[in-house]
Amino acid sequence: MPETAMVDAPAKAATGGNILQVRNLEAWYGESHILHGIDFDVNAGEVVTLLGRNGAGKTTTLKSIMGIIGKRAGSIKFNNQDIIRATSDKIARMGIAFCPEERGIFSSLDVRENLLLPPVVRPGGLPLEQIFDLFPNLKERLNSQGTKLSGGEQQMLAIARILRTGARFLMLDEPTEGLAPVIIQQIGHTIARLKKEGFTILLVEQNFRFASTVADRYYVVEHGKIIDGFSNAELAANMDKLHTYLGV
Amino acid sequence: MQALYAQLLVGLINGSFYALLSLGLAVIFGMLNIINFAHGALYMMGAFVAYFLLNLGGINYWWALLFAPIIVGIFGMILERTMLKFLTGLDHLYGLLLTFGIALIVQGVFQNYFGSSGLPYSIPDQLKGGMNLGFMFLPIYRGWVVIFSLVVCLATWFLIEKTRLGANLRAATENPTLVRAFGINVPRMITLTYGLGVGLAALAGVLSAPINQVRPLMGADLIIVVFAVVVIGGMGSIMGSIITGFALGVIEGLTKYFYPEASNTVVFVLMVLVLLVKPTGLTGRAA
Repeated sequence: MPETAMVDAPAKAATGGNILQVRNLEAWYGESHILHGIDFDVNAGEVVTLLGRNGAGKTTTLKSIMGIIGKRAGSIKFNNQDIIRATSDKIARMGIAFCPEERGIFSSLDVRENLLLPPVVRPGGLPLEQIFDLFPNLKERLNSQGTKLSGGEQQMLAIARILRTGARFLMLDEPTEGLAPVIIQQIGHTIARLKKEGFTILLVEQNFRFASTVADRYYVVEHGKIIDGFSNAELAANMDKLHTYLGV
Repeated sequence: MQALYAQLLVGLINGSFYALLSLGLAVIFGMLNIINFAHGALYMMGAFVAYFLLNLGGINYWWALLFAPIIVGIFGMILERTMLKFLTGLDHLYGLLLTFGIALIVQGVFQNYFGSSGLPYSIPDQLKGGMNLGFMFLPIYRGWVVIFSLVVCLATWFLIEKTRLGANLRAATENPTLVRAFGINVPRMITLTYGLGVGLAALAGVLSAPINQVRPLMGADLIIVVFAVVVIGGMGSIMGSIITGFALGVIEGLTKYFYPEASNTVVFVLMVLVLLVKPTGLTGRAA
């Protein structure tokens, strides 16, 4: 049995069935072995947060699920289909959308082109009116160059463009990094609203105070393994441990 | 004065070929990050395909304008799928050497079968003759080449800069990994882009066949000047390569009138000056 399977699964939130199942996931960047057997689950309709220090393997976990890490091993099941060998475009077409840490706004595209870039992979994506309702700033800046937006607007654009696609499983990598508190609050509201609308969200965050406002469950990643997991209701009881894990 | 206009026209025609070829090079460099030294050989193949279509299949010039770019484009896509795609992420030098090798092989094969002399390809009946414009005599075919090249260049620019497909291409040039993670089949897009760039070279070859004859080394002679054009315009810039292509053709033509001795070197002198002042080219990005 892999060592990480020793971690108790956090209490499940009142949500749907299992949508993502990661077992003994290992990943490498060239010769560097980054993930050493990650195990966790995400249930439909919940917000799960991966917490951990810099370099623990959180982003690599998301990238491995998305299929953009060269070498992976183990098992990743999305809706009971193993996707460990699938290419990233196929994974996206199965309904997983990824918002990278560096936001990935394209400088040679204007805001409208950035917004319309990801193809619709299945029906049920948010129409543009609803996206502009969530992020009114974007509507006013449709013709601006993507990278001329402020950091907060770029983050909104990075989230907005994946909502159009019809993917119902979103992976957001540090969406609050480097943003002003008022923008962080707005992103928190957006995530809460998406959750209400039935999206499943896997969030990577270092800012657990922000995460606690939106997450149902948490997993702690360290040295490429899941070392702990708990639900939001258990957060207060685990605060001391969490401070030690995150070094804050 | 007539001689000046005539040289200007020659300059514009050469500029048309420079623009079509450097545009293809820019498209390929932007997407694949490969300096495609095989471009001259593929241009030559376009002219030969037109020649074969006419002499073996009885297919005329107008259909050749359509079929030759498609046939040579498919050949280019096979090259990309079987060889060039393995160079992803490697230094530019590998792509340059591989495509240079491909150019030598293709040219060698054609030279083996057809020698070095030119094969005739006649101007289509509809474009024979000329027009007296008052200040000069304009051969209709040459006017057609300039206008058609300009239209194709602008259509390519529009495709890349103003359409949804073009936005995908531009995004994939910046960050192919992320674009693929959005669900876009980037490897297929790269193959098609290479096919498009090669198709433009083949189209230039067909346009050139009635003017320059069909010769195995017709591309080798031209490609060195085209690379100078690309260096001056800047690698990877679509509009830059079009404008520089036509402008340098005209500058070359004017030099032929005012100081003929320098006409073969003026482009290279300009290249040296541009490299000294702006190493990324007039409109380009750093490689």
